[in-house]
Amino acid sequence: MLDLDVIWRNFPFLMLQGFLGIGNFVGGTLRLAIPSIVLGFVLGIFIGIARLAPQWWIRMPAVLYVEFFRGVPLVMVIFWMWFIMPIVLHTAIPEFGVALAAFVIFEAAYLGEIVRAGIQSVPRGQVEAGTALGLSGAQGMRFVILPQALKNMIPSLVTQFIVLFKDTSLASIIGFMDLTKAAQVVNNREIRPFPIYLFIAVVYWVCTYSMSRYARSLEKRIGPA
Amino acid sequence: MRYQFNWSVLWTGESGLWLLSGLITTLELSIVAWLLAAALGVVSGALRTVRFWPLRVAATFYVEFFRNVPLLVWMFFWYFAIPPLLPQLVQDWLFAHGLEFWAAVCALGVYSGARFSEVLRSGIQSIPRTQLEASVASGLTTFQAYRYVILPVALRLIIPPGTNESLNLLKNSSVALTISVAELTFQTRQIETYTAKAIEALTAGTVIYLILCVSIATIMSWVERRTAIPGLIVGGRQRR
Repeated sequence: MLDLDVIWRNFPFLMLQGFLGIGNFVGGTLRLAIPSIVLGFVLGIFIGIARLAPQWWIRMPAVLYVEFFRGVPLVMVIFWMWFIMPIVLHTAIPEFGVALAAFVIFEAAYLGEIVRAGIQSVPRGQVEAGTALGLSGAQGMRFVILPQALKNMIPSLVTQFIVLFKDTSLASIIGFMDLTKAAQVVNNREIRPFPIYLFIAVVYWVCTYSMSRYARSLEKRIGPA
Repeated sequence: MRYQFNWSVLWTGESGLWLLSGLITTLELSIVAWLLAAALGVVSGALRTVRFWPLRVAATFYVEFFRNVPLLVWMFFWYFAIPPLLPQLVQDWLFAHGLEFWAAVCALGVYSGARFSEVLRSGIQSIPRTQLEASVASGLTTFQAYRYVILPVALRLIIPPGTNESLNLLKNSSVALTISVAELTFQTRQIETYTAKAIEALTAGTVIYLILCVSIATIMSWVERRTAIPGLIVGGRQRR
């Protein structure tokens, strides 16, 4: 039942091609997860700030954006991007681009909420002190609030990165060669589902569990916000 | 190449029927998986707070292993890896009664159960330890204390995060399309395949998901107000 030989034979393909993205196919769980979280966070900062804007015509679209994407399955968003991007951009988009766009747009809704909570955790006096020193609103946000908010956000950001890391497996639905797709490919050749899928489950688990331990230790070090 | 909209594909042909059957399958899958997840979540969440360490370790192992691996991997695992290990009689029954549906129920239920468990654990841990001590002091066994004192309070406290997780379960049921369960997203794809009208089909599926999520959230915020425990801050009108 537990045939470790099949894992050993396919280890380079699973880990190099599937996990890291080094090989003949465009793929890699990490190569998708890392740019997704970085770009998603950038978009999330704008959405988080927009959600707190005093003007309703800035706030409302941000609220709708967040509520919309939190009410729709990620699989649906991936299919949206898969079909809509070629129509809008008038050209074929590789799977990596489609998956990246879907994850950035989807995760930005969740990351925006984390940014909003982080900003709200900064004491009001800090904003007033910044204004008293002659900083403009944007400067106060950039130099006073965001640096402090970021510190409070770090544990939630790590947690969200874990979620995103697991979600990247869904990119295999549109044919992106990530760890899950690599396991499918290997299984189609070897027909050894039990050891193969258990092996990638353990790979995912080692990554996510170590990250969640790290998030917990950060939480303890930073202390409750 | 300009995209030609043709919304009538949604109500001509069999599209409406497909969407309806997809919606029903999504609800069936979600409800059965939810029951499994709730049972697993309550038991393992409670076990994670007991003194007896072997039970606590077993529950912790379940939660940490299942919730930290992608649901898609569990779908493949339950669909491809588990059935060959089962006795022939069970295999025959499963193949005759929709193996993919039951594999999806197991994958979704066991995965979400681990997530429910964390919610329940934090609910139990927010109840002062003195409540357990008081009930043991009044002569209840530990099991009775959990059954009659701790769990009834904890379950009311966790309605908002529990609703959130239940909505996650509903949305996650879309992953079952990878093992060809004919749920809502699968049927949306089917309409797209038959009519080549992707935007219309995806809009229909998306709107149905949004309506489901918003209406469940609305109902649950009403339930939350009805079951709020007077005198607790969490019993207030805070959402999420």
